[in-house]
Amino acid sequence: MSDVKNFLYVNRKAPHGTIYALESLEVVLIGAAFEQDVALAFLDDGVFQLVKGWDTSELGVKNFQPAYTALGDYDISKVYVERESLEERGLTEDDLIEMTYEDEEDDWAEKSSIRIVSREEMAQIMRDADVILSF
Amino acid sequence: MAGPPVMPANNKNTCGVSVKQQLAGDEPVKLGIVVLEGPYQHEAADTAYNFAVAALEKGHEIFRIFFYHDGVNNATRLMVPPQDDRHIQKRWSELAEKHNLDLVVCVAAAQRRGIMDEEEQKRHGKDANNIAPGFRISGLGQLIEAGIQCDRLVFFGD
Repeated sequence: MSDVKNFLYVNRKAPHGTIYALESLEVVLIGAAFEQDVALAFLDDGVFQLVKGWDTSELGVKNFQPAYTALGDYDISKVYVERESLEERGLTEDDLIEMTYEDEEDDWAEKSSIRIVSREEMAQIMRDADVILSF
Repeated sequence: MAGPPVMPANNKNTCGVSVKQQLAGDEPVKLGIVVLEGPYQHEAADTAYNFAVAALEKGHEIFRIFFYHDGVNNATRLMVPPQDDRHIQKRWSELAEKHNLDLVVCVAAAQRRGIMDEEEQKRHGKDANNIAPGFRISGLGQLIEAGIQCDRLVFFGD
């Protein structure tokens, strides 16, 4: 068994309504210190976590959306978003926040972390993961 | 602007094939179990328990059971369900004692929900603690470690 495993964090729930999204993010941030190969997946209502312009002022909860844009600083460069989940909710890639990382192998050029993938591709990504953390 | 490849470049699967073969046969595997829901309101905690019992009966190893989100509420010894109902906390504690299991409660999730051991009680100046026998409070690193160490990490939530 290799020392580095492919960790895939699967986010399926809307950002508010349950604590799943927030506490998933907390695992991602802690897990970043373990030097594993990390990717994030957003599907079903989980795609709402990445929709721009949260306003939580009337919910009385903290707006933790800035934490997603900071994930690039934690060496997280692979964020897979399922196309069908977006389409089913009337969303497109333009509705999503910007998530970037600096590519070490390309003179630290800033690149988008977000990859829109089909449901079929998402299934393959899950098959290839060693560890799936499902939130 | 090119991003990372959509698919992993090399289709490596460091342990998947062997684990799949193991799970199909009688070869024991090392399991990590994650419980994300509390007792009684949702069935996930029951399913996780039944899965753990079945896995142990089949001879598999359980490296750790990690309680996160509302799952930390499985660990309060103060729950008093009706006598003709299952006692979810005692069931975990007894399973842990019988099989020497490592039941870990996430400290951050526990603090939010008022699950305390003696140390946490002192640290936060509270007048009581409520953690049940067989459970211990620790950090999220224990969850990541389980992911690294186990052949399979299995989540039970909503």
